[in-house]
Parts: sequence; C-alpha cells; structure tokens
Amino acid sequence: METLKLPAGEAAPCSLLQVENLRVSYPTRTGFTEVVRGVTLSIGRERVAIVGESGSGKSQTGRAVMGLTPPHARVSAQALRFADIDLLAAPERERRRLRGGRIAMILQDPKYSLNPVMSIGWQIVETLRTHKNVGVKEGRERAMDMLAAVKIRDPHRVFDLYPHEVSGGMGQRAMIAMMLIADPELMIADEPTSALDVTVRLEVLKILDELVSNRGMGLIFISHDLRLVSAFCDRIIVMYAGRVVEELAASDLAHAQHPYTQGLLNCLPKIGGRQTPLSVLDRKAEWAE
Amino acid sequence: MNIGANGKILTLDRVNVFFNQFHAVKNISMTIASGGSYGLVGESGSGKSTLLRAIMGAVPTDKGVVTIAGKPLPRRRPKAFYRDVQMVFQDPYGSLHPRQTVDRLLQEPLAIHGLADGERRIRKALDDVGLGGGFRFRHAHQLSGGQRQRVAIARALILEPKILLLDEPTSALDASVQAEVLNLLNEVRRERNLTYLMVSHDLAVIHHMCDRLMIMQNGCAVEELAADELAAGEAHNGYTQDLLKASEGFAR
Repeated sequence: METLKLPAGEAAPCSLLQVENLRVSYPTRTGFTEVVRGVTLSIGRERVAIVGESGSGKSQTGRAVMGLTPPHARVSAQALRFADIDLLAAPERERRRLRGGRIAMILQDPKYSLNPVMSIGWQIVETLRTHKNVGVKEGRERAMDMLAAVKIRDPHRVFDLYPHEVSGGMGQRAMIAMMLIADPELMIADEPTSALDVTVRLEVLKILDELVSNRGMGLIFISHDLRLVSAFCDRIIVMYAGRVVEELAASDLAHAQHPYTQGLLNCLPKIGGRQTPLSVLDRKAEWAE
Repeated sequence: MNIGANGKILTLDRVNVFFNQFHAVKNISMTIASGGSYGLVGESGSGKSTLLRAIMGAVPTDKGVVTIAGKPLPRRRPKAFYRDVQMVFQDPYGSLHPRQTVDRLLQEPLAIHGLADGERRIRKALDDVGLGGGFRFRHAHQLSGGQRQRVAIARALILEPKILLLDEPTSALDASVQAEVLNLLNEVRRERNLTYLMVSHDLAVIHHMCDRLMIMQNGCAVEELAADELAAGEAHNGYTQDLLKASEGFAR
C-alpha cells in the first residue's frame, strides 16, 4: 500500500479512482438497454456517497468499478482508472488481484454475501491469504484482531460460528472485517446497512466510520437514504436513470438545486414535524435527459 | 361486525406466545379504538411480528385473550374473522404468487369467501390503490416493488375489512416509494374508516402513521404512549430514547 495518509474529510490531491463517461448496458429482447449512461466521477481518499432510487444505476456503477459486471453486459468508458492501472485494459488476473486486495466491496445483505458452509473466521483468513503472503497461524491471529476491531466482543467464539448462527448486525460486521483485512485503498459499500435494524445500523456505521478514517482509505457509499449519507460522507453524488444529476458537498445538502435531490430529501417522515400527506417525487422526463 | 359500545375494536389481554421453550411474546395487553391507528416498534426479535401473527391466528397463543368488537376469539379463527381482519406483509417480492396475474391474485380471496360481485370489487380495489385496469393482467415480476406492495394492499382491501394488520409494509421499499405507499395507506384509512395495527422498526414511520404506539423489546412492552407525547419528548424509558436517537440518524 502507498504510504500516503491523509486525515479523513480532506479531499485528496491525487485521485484514487477516475471514471470518465462510464456506460453499462445489458442485452434485452429489443437490443441493448443502457443502465449507466455516461457517469463521470473522480474519487480520492475521501468519503463519497452515491445516492439514488433503485434502478438509478448506482449499484451498477460500483460493480463496474469492481469488475463484477456479468460477462453478457457491455461496459465502456473513456477512462476507468484505479491509481495508475487502466481497469478496462487490465487482464482478468490483474483485476482479480485488485478485487478484495486493493478495492473491496461490502454488499447489502450478509445473509447472502457470506459463504454458508464455511465458518466466519476461516472466510476472513481465506481473504487475507488470497492477497497476502501469510501463514495459517498468523492469518488466524490477524482475523481475531480484525474481529475485535469491528467490536465483536468474543472473537474466539465468533471465529468458529457459521453465518446462519449470527445476527444480521454481527454478520455485517464480519463482512466489514473480511473486507478490511487485506488493507484495501478503496472501499465500495453497497447499501451496507439497509438490511439492518435502526439501532444496529448506527453501530455498524460507527465502526465503518472509525476504520475508514483511521486507515485513510477512500470510500464509496452507495445508498438510497439521503439523510443518512449526508451525516456520514463528505461529498454526495445523486444519480437518476443512469446519470449523475447533481454533485454537491454534504454540508450544502440544504441548498440542493435539483428537484430530484430536494424530493429525495423531503419524502422521509420526520418525528416532530408531521406533514400529511408526505411529499412524493414528481418525476419529470427531462431529468433523464 | 358491531363495534363494542366503548368504541374499542381490538383488545388484547395478557397475550403470551411460546415457541417450545422460547417465550416470544410476554403478557402484552393493548386496546385499539375503532378507526384508530396503532404502532408497534422494536428491533428484530422483539416479538412485534409474532404478536401480529398471533392476532391472525397464524401462531397459537398460550395464554391471553384476543377480543374483536367485544367478542373473544376462539383459538381456531372463524372464516368470517378474515373478512374483518386482513394482513399486508413486509416483502412484496415474497407475498405475491409469481405465476398468477394480478387478476387471479385478487380473485383468490373472493373465491374463498364466496363473494359474487368480483368484477366490481377488483376494479374498485385496483382504482383505490392507484393502479388502474392496465395492471390487471400482469404478473408480479412485471411490476416494481411499490406497485407490488399496492397489489398486496388491494388484495387485503378487496374483502372490505375493518382492520388491517400491516407488517413492515414499506421497509423493503425505497425512501421515495415509501412516501407514496404511506400516503396511500393514510388515504385509504380515511376513506374507509379502517383501523390499523402497524409494525415497523422505524420510529419516524410509526410516528407519521399512528396515533398511539407501543415500544417492544425481548417480547415485553417497554412503553406505551401517544405519538404526540413522543414528539414532545415525553418518552421516559431509556430504550425508547435510544430508538429516538437512532431515528435522528448518524452523528459523528
């Protein structure tokens, strides 16, 4: 890993990830349908949120960066660069080395993203040993430390548990431990807390917050909850129908210009200020253009 | 159904649910006024969904009495009960039959209860949930999450029930679609004078939808209060305050 360390919240001068005019399309009966239509973004060692409804292409953008787009889909871009590696030209072996090593991804639901027939601890060791030259014994110790770092109280017990034996919050913490153990430079978190309860959600976010700022890594936080990310991230990118409609600093969220961003912000019920009916999005065709 | 003289439509008196040795719901009592809307809040595993299923008769209650409009319900719920009480489930991707059209889905409850004017009811139910006739012959996979939840609500409404039990009706939906479905539920309640019992882990949603609410933890009722008291900061229990803090969102 490079020795560049920056305090969290400060935009890095050198960008970690450079995406220019990214397009992802899937074949359908009537030809190719574009789900990501020309996304341009640049991310340093900072926290960036990508926000949008389901179908806005936010997850597809994250997956394209990871190289997890299925083979029948088409990915094209003018530039898709991670550090100094051209991701589009990189051979599959190289991309596999990056995945989980220098770029990591946390998925939404730990119930489906953990291996059901392998104990939690050994899954973490497996990730570490795939990317780093580490012996079994040392790997085990480091996995224990990592489980302790994500605030699992009894790592020795949890190490030998299987995913179905732990709660959602615990599973998601194990997932974070697994993704962080190889010391990635960029983390993509795809709705990491949507499957969790409100109270557990805060705990998991706090852990993620601490670890990301201590390690000085870049974070892409994909979510549909605008209010949540505004407190968690430095910069917010709002996507609609495969395009970026607005990009703004989290602190400027109150002054959002685009009606879609305002709509996303206003549609959540709030304790105290009860408004009936809740304001709903009035989707306009020109937003997609 | 005649509503009791005191206007209470649904009463629970010390209801308990056991799963083998596990005590899932412990001594819960509540009364819901006719036309009211009551919320149950708690984390997963707190027994709030189990309580809803106990009212439906889907899980056996061990002790305690459930009373609807002044009449205690027998352990095996009579068929007429389901005309008065209907349920909407959490996940619209799991609660609709994947190989049936919307039309077929809506005919099922009509066939079960032997209702004749199906055509009128289906049209009205679809109109009421804002879908219209164009959706009538589609399959569930051709609909978005919000549209599916609307079909599930239409299916519950088609029997013209008095009480709707809502088990996290919006937690599988996007925030923007959630607002649409919540507005729809409020509208339907006002038009038909329905009574709601709604479960959610999101305190803000319950506060928006309900007049009274109960906080549950580990199968016990921790606190019961009016929504206005919650907004005024009159929650006394520590756990309720934790939930309130959590619903305000993440703070560094």
